Amino acid sequence: MEEQPKIAIPSMVVGDAKRFRPGRGTFEKGGKIYSTRLGLINKQANFINIVPLSGVYDPIPGDTIIGIIEDISQTNWLVNINAPYPAVLHVNEVPWHVELGETSKYLKYADAILAKILLVDETKKIILTMKERGLHKLNGGQIIEIQPIKVPRVIGKKGTMISMIKKYTGCRIIVGQNGRIWIDGNTDGVEKATRAIRKIEAEAHTKGLTIRIEKLLKNRR
Amino acid sequence: MGMKKPEDVILFKNNKRIDGRKPDELRPIKIEAGVLYRADGSAYVEWGGNKILAAVYGPREALPKHIQDPRKAIVNARYNMAAFSVEDRKRPGPDRRSIEISKVISEALERVILTEQFPRASIDVNIEVLDADAGTRCAGLTAAGVALADAGIPMRDIPVACAAGKVEGKVILDLCKEEDNYGDADMPVAIAPLTDEILLLQMDGHLTYEEFEKALDLAIKGCHIVSELQKKALLKKYERVLEVE
Repeated sequence: MEEQPKIAIPSMVVGDAKRFRPGRGTFEKGGKIYSTRLGLINKQANFINIVPLSGVYDPIPGDTIIGIIEDISQTNWLVNINAPYPAVLHVNEVPWHVELGETSKYLKYADAILAKILLVDETKKIILTMKERGLHKLNGGQIIEIQPIKVPRVIGKKGTMISMIKKYTGCRIIVGQNGRIWIDGNTDGVEKATRAIRKIEAEAHTKGLTIRIEKLLKNRR
Repeated sequence: MGMKKPEDVILFKNNKRIDGRKPDELRPIKIEAGVLYRADGSAYVEWGGNKILAAVYGPREALPKHIQDPRKAIVNARYNMAAFSVEDRKRPGPDRRSIEISKVISEALERVILTEQFPRASIDVNIEVLDADAGTRCAGLTAAGVALADAGIPMRDIPVACAAGKVEGKVILDLCKEEDNYGDADMPVAIAPLTDEILLLQMDGHLTYEEFEKALDLAIKGCHIVSELQKKALLKKYERVLEVE
């Protein structure tokens, strides 16, 4: 069992610049590496990174996310992706052939989509794509939101956690990297899956979580 | 300052202050991180008789759009005193004083936040004074520092503030209400404790150059003590999060 990772807070010394190099969430000053945010210290190769414990979703190209259509114009949709910035989905990046001005025929206001982040530029302009296998409009079901930093725990190592929830509840579940989770299934299953996900969110970063979640899912079948 | 001292108030006697403290002693301070559920980050500070809540929202899209800065995030601090925070009821809403404090706190926080990581966004800090007892801007800025760290906002340092001043010709640390009202000078100082960079420095009243130097040193010393309390509060919250079971 690996030991409990240590917590870093901004301006805390997390390592020596002679042995390590400053990674994500750190800066170097006077031969020492300092943390810039609250998180867990993670040493990978010779880099020191800070794995954040709180904060908003930071979009990275390649992330699969669940977005909600916020605005429609002639050639593109504006999508809320739960980040500080809205994302643009252009008609060229959807799997349908859209005539000019017919954008609202395909995706309407408040529709949910499963999309991928294509590009994030230095001013944080975000472009989405739906032109890949498995990306589609989400029909039916419901969406719950969790803290984006807890998403890796909901998925689990190699997807163990999420496949366990799917197995016990019989629901179809899609987890977006931006903290939105789409669940579809019968009412009991959805309720149970929601409860399990909320528990994971509340108790992320604790030991033996998988076992406790399995117990919760087995109960009250 | 400004108020005339009643005859029976003795502010300094036998190296002791009106509330029994030594000249370089702080009031009791209690800091708690993450007290509000809906805010992205929050903190509660009790500093002597001050009770202050700070809540941080964001980084989020800055609206209306024309206030956005394409190179960095804007930091928007709002200092507000509750109507019941002072002896006579305070008329609610921003006044000349709280607009000024909001501005200087915003600028102090902007110096430590890595704003260039969030272009076009805004980071909103709400500082709510529930109970005021001299030194609210220092306590408010201290609370805001903890709330920002709790919100996971990348920062160079956790900002911290503390005041120094002068009563009856003696330089003292962390003025209480009587000392603030009847004293000779009050000087709030905010620093980034890692480098001792000054983020905020204001002064009310009169100090000689020597007294100013002495008061500044004293305030920075006080800041470092408070800074340790801030860090302890943050570690306490997140160690608890890790130990659920």
